[in-house]
Amino acid sequence: MTVTTQTSPSVVPPGGEEPFLVVDDLTVRFPTEDGLITAVSELSYSVGLGETLGIVGESGSGKSVSSMAVLGLHDARTAQITGSIRVGGTEVIGLGESRMRKLRGNQVSMIFQDALAALHPFYKVGGQLAEAYLVHHPSASKRDARRKAVEMLDRVGIPQPDRRVDDFPHQFSGGMRQRAMIAMGLINDPSLLIADEPTTALDVTVQAQILDLLQDLQREFNSAVIIITHDLGVIAEMADDVLVMYAGRAVEYGPAREILTHPEMPYTWGLLSSVPDVTSDTSARLIPIPGNPPSLLSMPSGCSFHPRCAHRDKVPGDLCTTTVPDLAPGGRGPGHLKRCHLANPDEVYEAEVLPEIAPDVAAGDPGTDVAARPDEES
Amino acid sequence: MFAYLVKRLLSGVVVVFLVSLSIFLLFWFGPSSPAQPICDRDTSNRCTPERLANFEENLGYNNPWYTEYGTFVKGVFVGREIQFGSTKKFDCPAPCLGYSYRTKTPVFEEMKERMPATFSVALGGAALYLVLGIPIGVAAARRRGTVADKALVSSFLVLSSVPYYLFALLTWLFLTVQWEIPLFAETGYFSFTENPAKWFSGLLLAWIALGIFGCTQYTRYARGSMVEALSEDYIRTAKAKGLAQSKVVYKHGLRAALVPVVTIFGIDFGTLLAGTIFTERIFDIDGIGFWSLQAVNGRDLPVVSATALFSAIVLIFSNLIVDLIYSVLDPRVRLS
Repeated sequence: MTVTTQTSPSVVPPGGEEPFLVVDDLTVRFPTEDGLITAVSELSYSVGLGETLGIVGESGSGKSVSSMAVLGLHDARTAQITGSIRVGGTEVIGLGESRMRKLRGNQVSMIFQDALAALHPFYKVGGQLAEAYLVHHPSASKRDARRKAVEMLDRVGIPQPDRRVDDFPHQFSGGMRQRAMIAMGLINDPSLLIADEPTTALDVTVQAQILDLLQDLQREFNSAVIIITHDLGVIAEMADDVLVMYAGRAVEYGPAREILTHPEMPYTWGLLSSVPDVTSDTSARLIPIPGNPPSLLSMPSGCSFHPRCAHRDKVPGDLCTTTVPDLAPGGRGPGHLKRCHLANPDEVYEAEVLPEIAPDVAAGDPGTDVAARPDEES
Repeated sequence: MFAYLVKRLLSGVVVVFLVSLSIFLLFWFGPSSPAQPICDRDTSNRCTPERLANFEENLGYNNPWYTEYGTFVKGVFVGREIQFGSTKKFDCPAPCLGYSYRTKTPVFEEMKERMPATFSVALGGAALYLVLGIPIGVAAARRRGTVADKALVSSFLVLSSVPYYLFALLTWLFLTVQWEIPLFAETGYFSFTENPAKWFSGLLLAWIALGIFGCTQYTRYARGSMVEALSEDYIRTAKAKGLAQSKVVYKHGLRAALVPVVTIFGIDFGTLLAGTIFTERIFDIDGIGFWSLQAVNGRDLPVVSATALFSAIVLIFSNLIVDLIYSVLDPRVRLS
C-alpha cells in the first residue's frame, strides 16, 4: 500500500475550511471482457473556489475518468469506485442517484470536448440551455428559462443571442458551439466547473478566445475550475495547480509554476520536451517520449513509466521495475509531489533534460523559467 | 420545399410509367398468348386456334404493342370500351385499368373493393409490431449486455430467421386448426362498417402473425439504434445536466434513435400496403395480395398490371412521405 495522505499544494490554512472539491484516494475500476482494468488508482487532489487545477496526461491516463467520477457519470452497475470525493463537504461516492442529480449541472457542471457531438443535434441551442436551467429551477417558467438562455449566450459572447437562441447546434460555428457549451455549463452558477479538453477541437485563435472567456467567467463566478488537457500551453495559461497523470496515477502534483519550471518526474520532462516552441529555431527537434502509454490490462510492474523512462538506469538496483514509487515530496519542498525513484531529479533535469529542450536557458541562468510562455501572467 | 415535391412527384410518375410498360411488355412478348386464359375459360377449355385468333383480334393483340399500350394509357385517363368475345362491348370508365379476364368486371372496381382488407391488415400488423418492437428494443438497449438482453436478442434472432410464410402458416395451423381457439376460428375479412367485432376477430390472427414477426425485426432495429444513441456524447451531456434518467433515455436518446427506425418503417409499411401475399393467402383475406396471387396464377394481365402499378404508386408515396418526415425529425436534413 502506498502512502496516500499528502499535503495538498493548495494548502488548507490551519482551522480553515476544506477546499470545495477534495478527491481522496480515488480508485476507479471497470470490468471488461479481458478483465478488470484500473482506470484511476489512488488519486488525491483538491481544488478551492477561485482556483484552477490543470490535469495533464496522455489519452487513457485516467484524467477524464477521474473527473467523470466527480459528477457520478460512470455506470453504477459496472464501475467500481472507491475512495472519497467531497464536493462542498458532501461525500459523492455512494450518493443516491436523486441527490447526485441535484448536484450535476447545478453545483458541479462539466463542459465537454467536442461541442458538436456533445450538444443534441435535434434540439435548438436555446432549448438545451433552458433545459439545463429548468431542471434545477423547477418553479421557473419556460419564458424565464429562455430569457436566462439568451442572457448566458450573450455573456459568453455570442452575437445576436436573442436570434441565435433558436438555432440548431449545426448552424453554429465551432467556436460558437463551444461558447454555447460553456454557457450551458455556467447557467446554474456552478461552484465547480470541469472543462474536459475544452479547446482541443478548435482553431488556435479560437482556443485563445475560449481560454480567455473561461478565465473571465471564473473571475466573475469565483468558481473552482478543473481543466483537463494534454496541452501544456493551456496549463501555463490557466492553471494554478497541475496534476500530471500517467496510466491512472498521479505522477507529479504541485503549483503550476513550480511544476513547469522544476519538474522532477521523467514523464513530465517528456511532456515538456514534446511541446513545440514558437520562438525557437526551426531546426530544433521535438523530443517525443518513446513508446506508447501502457495498456491498462497489462500494466508494467513497478513504476508504470519505467519501460519508456530514459533515466531508470540512474536508480540503483531494480527498484523501477519492482516497486511503485510513492507520490512524495522531492527536493523542492512539501508542496511539490512526484512519483519517482530518482534520488536527484533536479540535478538530472538541469544537466541532461534542460540543455536539450531549452539550450539557451540552460547555458544562461539555470534558474529562469523554461516552459512558461512569454505572455504568461500570474 | 414545393419545388422538391414537384420534382419527386415527377420522378414518381416516370417510375410508374416504366413499371406499367415493363409489365405490359413482359406479357406481350411472353411465351403464351395473353388471350389464352380468357379463351380457355370462355370455351370451357375447348379453345381452338380459330377461337384464340378471334379473341386475340378482339382484344387488340394483333395490333402493334405500342398501339395497344397507348390504348391502355388512354383508358386510364379518359376511359374506353372493351370487347372480349364477338359482339358484346363493356364500358370501362376512367380510370380504366381494363377488365379482369377472369371475372369480367372492371379492374379498378375490384381493386377498390379489396383495398380495405389490405389496409386493415397492414395498419393492424404495423401498429402491433411498432408497439411491441420499439419498447422491447429500448428496454433491451438500456439493459445492454445483461442476461435478459442477450436471451432476448438471440431468441428474436432465431424467430426472425424462420421464413415468414412458415411462421404464419404454423400460427394458423396451431391456433386455428389444431387448438381450435374460438377467437381465431374464423379468419378472413369482414367489412368493418357491417360488423366491427367480426372484422376484428377475423383479422386478429393475421395481425398477431405480422406483429410478432415484424416485432422481432423492429426490436433489433430499435435496440441497435438506441444502443448507438445512448453511447453518444450528447447523452453524457444530458446526464451531466442533472436530468432524470427517463428524460435522458426518452427525450434525448429515443428522439435520436427513432429517426432511422422511422425510415425503415416507411418502406416496410409501403410494402405491407402494396399487399401482403402470404398473410392474405394463409388467413384467407381477400385483399390486394391475395388478388394479385390469383391474377398471376390465372395469367390475368389487366389485374397483374394493376397490382404492379398499385405497388409502385404506394412505394413511391411511402418513400416520399418518409423523406418529408425525415426532414421534420432531423433539422440537419434539408430537402433539395
